[in-house]
Amino acid sequence: MQKSATLSFEKADLLKLYQDMLLMRRFEERASQLYGMGLIGGFCHLYIGQEAVVTGIQAVQESQDTVITAYRDHAHMLACGMDPRGVMAELTGRIGGYSKGKGGSMHMFSREKNFYGGHGIVGAQVPIGTGMALAHKYKKDNGVCLTYFGDGAANQGQVYESFNMAKLWGLPVLYIIENNGYSMGTAVNRHSCTENFYMRGEGFGIPGKLVNGMDVLAVREAAAEALDYVRANQAPMILEVETYRYRGHSMSDPAKYRTKEEVDDYKTNRDPILKFKGALMNEYNFTEDDFKPAEDFVKQEIKETIEFAQSSPEPDASELYTDVYVEEGAQ
Amino acid sequence: MKTLTVREALREAMLEEMHRDQNVILLGEEVAEYNGAYKVSQGLLDEFGAERVIDTPITEMGFAGLGVGAAFNGLKPIVEFMTFNFSMQAIDQIVNSAAKTLYMAGGQMGCPMVFRGPNGAAARVAAQHSQCYASWYAHCPGLKVVAPYSAADAKGLLKAAIRDPNPVVFLENEIMYGASFELPDDKDFVLPIGKAHIEREGKDVTITAFSICVRHALEAAEMLAKEGIEAEVINLRSLRPFDADTVLASVRKTNRIVSVEEGWPFAGIGAEIAAQVNEKAFDFLDAPVTRVTGEDVPMPYAANLETLYLPSAEKVYKAAKAVCYK
Repeated sequence: MQKSATLSFEKADLLKLYQDMLLMRRFEERASQLYGMGLIGGFCHLYIGQEAVVTGIQAVQESQDTVITAYRDHAHMLACGMDPRGVMAELTGRIGGYSKGKGGSMHMFSREKNFYGGHGIVGAQVPIGTGMALAHKYKKDNGVCLTYFGDGAANQGQVYESFNMAKLWGLPVLYIIENNGYSMGTAVNRHSCTENFYMRGEGFGIPGKLVNGMDVLAVREAAAEALDYVRANQAPMILEVETYRYRGHSMSDPAKYRTKEEVDDYKTNRDPILKFKGALMNEYNFTEDDFKPAEDFVKQEIKETIEFAQSSPEPDASELYTDVYVEEGAQ
Repeated sequence: MKTLTVREALREAMLEEMHRDQNVILLGEEVAEYNGAYKVSQGLLDEFGAERVIDTPITEMGFAGLGVGAAFNGLKPIVEFMTFNFSMQAIDQIVNSAAKTLYMAGGQMGCPMVFRGPNGAAARVAAQHSQCYASWYAHCPGLKVVAPYSAADAKGLLKAAIRDPNPVVFLENEIMYGASFELPDDKDFVLPIGKAHIEREGKDVTITAFSICVRHALEAAEMLAKEGIEAEVINLRSLRPFDADTVLASVRKTNRIVSVEEGWPFAGIGAEIAAQVNEKAFDFLDAPVTRVTGEDVPMPYAANLETLYLPSAEKVYKAAKAVCYK
């Protein structure tokens, strides 16, 4: 099998994983604050607790690969290399946002960074990601579409329509199921007759793998293998990543469907950032000082992000009517 | 000039545009090996191969969404619905994913593709296979919606739709597939989306119609002419963008208007035309804006009831006479 990604255990690369996760955590914490202050409106779905998933996976994607997800998407954008200033300014509805303030938290895109949304309809991104994979195959660009969805979306019919076409036509798509245990407020055992989402492709002949999504190195290794499989075989694969979100489904959800003890157990004993930091100190001989540049960087980056997101102006009233149609090239 | 059926004109449009642009692909149920459920894609598989002419499973939401993704990632898909009745399975992808992305992305990326297939009533296929989606899709900013009547419309507008950088809903009509028309013998014959066409000039009453209803309108105009009433028949061609200028100019001349469509009356295309005429040409009206539509019931199966349901030349004739107070 082709082995494209060599997993690096160099100090700088490990530190980068830590820094990426920390940036996501701080970004989301500040988004929560800005929401509370009334600077962010509408729906806002935070990723806190799940950082190891997208960090581990995006660390091993190749530059021609494309990414698509649903609406819990801020961290995916950061992992794709999008500027946190532009992401946060979109949350505050400002012209400096990636969508000029017209998309909001759930609808953001960056063609430059191969991030194709940011979709507000649960499951709709799955056939779209499958179609992006069809285009990769058609263009013969050796790209894979990384298509993220949750355990809740895993019960949408269009997911299985996509599995069927992806396998039938040999499309290079990696389906990543972020299983955080809850489909909004409904626990997995109450919404799914079988809970092994990685096995959901069995009837289609699509292989699946389960990985601990609270361990960034385990995710990275599994993602590298999965991407190799998809690229080499030009065939879909499912990667189920077991994870946990600390906050409610969205900002308006007090999350009363689970116990405080359950949440505290994750925060205390399984937190992806704390665990990784501990592992780096215990197994890779990092000291507190080693983390300081990353922590300082995140601190400064977030400071500038918050400033930008509040100082960037609201879109001009004329923006209401732009971007409905592409005018250039229309007959 | 040459003579083609609407079916041949649609096929020729796809053939020419697929030769013109390597990124144009066609996908849908039975489009390839079966040569199209209605033979619109006859021979395209042989011409372009299975990479570009793709038989899909019966999975409308899936393949419509897949088409959207292919468009996001650089291709220009033509997604065929065997009939638009089945597009209801896929309407979320058409409206939420295809139509809105350009706006939601602040103009960064859009969705250049075509959704096409027969729309409206065929013959005796009853309620679930006889619906007109014109007003459904025309309701949505971000979509363009086109409904050809003749072979020239079919070819010129489909070529424009394929070249258009926006998602276009292209509403064909099964009964019209076999109808023959003259059209220019020109590879670069393209009709602009957003422009109506005056099929017949007249001074006494304006009749607007699209798709097969243009035929009813033209027949009604013949009947009216025998009684000395000169009807102006406007083939709308494009429902979004809507060519209000042409319709309003005609109303200012004739002072009367009858809108014809197969769809239901409530919130239909005729309702929109009535609103626009009311807003912009109220002082020119000598009679109420009048609609001839499909009846406000699901399409019945029985032959006599089906006839009662549908617009016809006779119904258009009567409505035109009524607004002329004759």
